[in-house]
This record gives sequence, C-alpha cells and structure tokens, in this order.
Amino acid sequence: MSAPAGSDVFMTDRTRSGHETTSPAPRVARRRRAPLPLLVPAALGFLFLVAPFVALLVRSPWGDLGSLVTSQGALQALWLSLRTATAATVVCLILGVPLAWVLARTSFPGQNLVRSIVTLPLVMPPVVGGVALLSLLGRRGLLGSLLDTAFGFTVPFTTLAVVIAETFVALPFLVLSVDGSLRSADLRYEQAAAVLGASPWYVFRRVTLPLVGPSVAAGGLLSFARALGEFGATITFAGNFPGTTQTMPLAIYLAMQDDPSTALALSLVLMAVSLAVLIGLRSRWVSGLIGVAS
Amino acid sequence: MSRRAPVALVAALALVGCSSSGANDAGASLSASPPAATTTPAAPAISGDLTVFAAASLTDTFAEIGDQMMAANPDLTITFNFGSSGTLAEQLLADAPADVFASASAKTMTTAAEVVGEPALFAHNSLVIVVPKGNPREVTGLSDFANPDLKIALCDPSVPCGAAAQTVFANAGITAMPDTLGPDVRATATYVTSGEVDAALVYKTDAIAAGSAVETLTFPEAAGVVNDYPIAVVQGTRNADAAQAFVDHVLSPAGQTVLTDAGFDPT
Repeated sequence: MSAPAGSDVFMTDRTRSGHETTSPAPRVARRRRAPLPLLVPAALGFLFLVAPFVALLVRSPWGDLGSLVTSQGALQALWLSLRTATAATVVCLILGVPLAWVLARTSFPGQNLVRSIVTLPLVMPPVVGGVALLSLLGRRGLLGSLLDTAFGFTVPFTTLAVVIAETFVALPFLVLSVDGSLRSADLRYEQAAAVLGASPWYVFRRVTLPLVGPSVAAGGLLSFARALGEFGATITFAGNFPGTTQTMPLAIYLAMQDDPSTALALSLVLMAVSLAVLIGLRSRWVSGLIGVAS
Repeated sequence: MSRRAPVALVAALALVGCSSSGANDAGASLSASPPAATTTPAAPAISGDLTVFAAASLTDTFAEIGDQMMAANPDLTITFNFGSSGTLAEQLLADAPADVFASASAKTMTTAAEVVGEPALFAHNSLVIVVPKGNPREVTGLSDFANPDLKIALCDPSVPCGAAAQTVFANAGITAMPDTLGPDVRATATYVTSGEVDAALVYKTDAIAAGSAVETLTFPEAAGVVNDYPIAVVQGTRNADAAQAFVDHVLSPAGQTVLTDAGFDPT
C-alpha cells in the first residue's frame, strides 16, 4: 500500500481520485523543464550508454557492410535469433504472468524466498545458468537422462535448447515487471468486480490483465530484448551450430575470433534490428495497451 | 572543485597515455639509463610486474612455468590472462597492457604482428579423439565422426583447434557431422567430460588435462596437422628484461620439460 501513497507525493498536480491512478501522467507534468541537478547526470547517463555504440559505428567496416551483412551465415543467425527470442517471449508470457499474479495477489509461507529465487537467474552469470540447465536437462542430467532412456531424445544442441536457455534468463524480467505493477495497482477495481459477482478467473481476465497490460507489454519487451542478446547460457547448454543453435550473439563472438570486421558488421545488424523492434513495439504495442487500459 | 576536476582528469589521462603508448621512447630511456649503471649486464635482476597473455590451452603449463620463475625471482610478480588466441590478439591491438603474448596459432600471432616483436616457436600440439570414459558408443577412429547418430563436438573453425580439425577431415576425405562447434578447445573437451557428446577432436594436451573422465584415441590422420605455438615480447612492454626472461625460460630445457610433460610436442 506504500507505493501508491509514494507516487501521490511526486504527482502533486494530479487529482487524487481513484480513477486517475492508472492513467498516464498529464501532458503538463511531462513537459516540465528538468532542473539542472537532474539534467546533468541524466545527460551523462545517456552519453555513458550511447558513446560505446557510437564508437562501434565509427569503427565499423561500412564499405563491405552490404556483403558481410547479407552473407548466408549472417541471415541464418539473425533468423534463428528472431525465431527463438519470439518463442522465448511467448513462453515467458504464458508462465510469467500467472507466476507474477500468484506472487502479488496471494500470500503463502516462504513467499519472499520464492520471489528471491525467481530473480536468481537475473544475478547469476548466464554461463552458470547454462551449466544448471545441463545438470537438469543434459544427457546425464536429472531429467535429461530419463528423457534419453525413455524416448531417446536429448535436449542439448537443439533449437529447443536455445529457447529454454533464453526463457531461463528472460523470465525474471517479465515476472519482476508484472509483479511490481500488480502490487502497486489499485485493488478496488478487482474488489468491485468481485462484489458484483465476477469469478476470480473473470476478474483476472477482464479487470486485472487490462489494468497491468502496459507492464505486461513492457515486461515482454524486456524479455524479448534479453533473449535476443542471450549468449552464456545458450553456448553452454545449447552449443553452437549454424542454423540450429548459432544465434546472433554466438555468431558475433565466434567471428570476433578470426574475422573482427564481420563481427562488427553482425553487431551493427543486431543493434539495428533490436532498436527497430524495441522502438516499433514500444510505440505501437505499449501505447495501444495504455489506450485500452485508460 | 568543479573547475579543477577536469584539469586533474586531463593530467591523469596524459599520464596514462605516456606510460602505455610512449614506453618505447620516453619511458624506455628513463628506466634504462639509471639501472644500467648498477646492475650487472650478465645476470639482470628480474623484478616488478609481468603480464602474460596466453592461449587457453597453455593454462596449466604456463602457470607452472610462471611459478618456477617467481620462485627463482622473489621480486617478480607474473599475472596471466588466458583466453582464446584471437580474443587476446584483438585486446593487444587495442593497447591492452601486456608484456608477453603466447598464441596457439601462427595466424593469431600474425594478427598481432604490429604490436609484438619477433615471435619464436616454442611448442606444437596435435589433435586426438576423446570419448567419455568407457567409450559407450564404441568410437574407433576418425570415420565415426561421419556417423549422424553419434553426438559429436568439434571446435569452431574460427579458433585454431577447429581450423586444424577442418584440415584433418579434408585430408582424410571425411565429412564430419558435428552437433556443436565449441568456442574454444577447453569448452569442446568439457562436452566429452560431462558426457553430453560421444566424441570430440581436441588437442592432445587438453585430452591429458581432462583426466580420467575421458579416454583418448590417437588416429593416423592427425600426423600431418600440427598447431604451432609462437611466443613474442609485446612491443609496448614496461618490463622488457622480465618479458625476455620469460620467453627465454619457456624456450629453455626447464620450460620445455613442463610443456612436453603436459603433452606438447617439443620444437
């Protein structure tokens, strides 16, 4: 309950009536000029993030870019990355939204421990995640050995393994985003719906989900971005083979070993695609959902 | 405060710039003239910090060679940066602070040619087949690598052990069917150690380092393909005496013994 109270302090020019809480901040508040103590570190922060990429652009082999980028290997890696990151995001949404709901709307013993465990893949080095996945699903792993003897099926070195590795590192982003939003959302809508006779499942679909729609979208976007850039868990658990498991980050890393100009060109492609996807989704999808929610 | 900070920053940057890039002219003349009068030229006392960039396959042997040198020279501190030869060469080209570079292929040494001195060959490495302990899928030779039913790991062609593997298969006229291409030789060997693959091609030294979790098979086709290991002093070194001493020690009988014990072929 402390979060909504806190946001009221910062938005003094807003009406405090309940139905305003979830709508976007008024235009006036957004156009306010930033005070210097905020503007300077903000500008430095932006420069810190953007300067390395500018340097990358300067160093890039612009002359050969066309042929390097359209090589069969590059397109194959890009296509695989887009497919696996999309699949991982879908899995994250299917599993992550309910997980966030359970964390935010129910209470059970050890809930904070569960919440911490959910964020563990976020802080662990991804390579450790890859080793952990191998321990579970590898040919000699806890589950993997059963799969192997029962069905003769092994997970490592398949495209499925790439999706699993990407989901493993991306899921916490979605859960954190949706969990935070659910916990700060106004409970009165859900209570009103329940009082009016709606079933919990109906309340979740028709009230809760639209209410936190923007953060589901934002969380999905973060998960997609994280999955697209995944390297450590993928190369450890899924291996590296062109067309099957070699995603863009792997292709870039390996090109860096003996052909840095190709690696730079591939990096540019990944940057451009990521930026296009992030901008595109943010403007269309997120704003669309905000429109639905308000 | 706020006006002085940038000045201090510029001064600090200038100092860093001098010590790293200007070591050959100004820095070298400063450090060379006073000690020359005090130390005996026959046995220069080796001291200070020495940073060695070395290929991942040299991890165990170079650590041992470094310990030998530090035991003989108590004032010497050697720091290693082990990694893929290609990555290390890129770091050197980007002015990474290193004194010695030892790579796992002549090609990566050529990549770094403009920032290192004349390289010397100090070891060779050849490929072997490794299989998990007990050889569960009964791998007998190179031809088994064409069997799509086996899980096979090779090194990626962009790293030296993968390039060597490519040559081996081309010479033998065998089309390998790998399931994964490891980013370096240690990673490739690990897939065998953990039992995730049925066979892999790695260096003899990595097969020995993997210990009892793997079994090693030699194959006749490996004979024609050896990897040369060159070593060179980095031009921008701030400890030229120690750097040269390290190179000399690697090439000395003591250093060569460490390398051959680990499975390297002597030069």
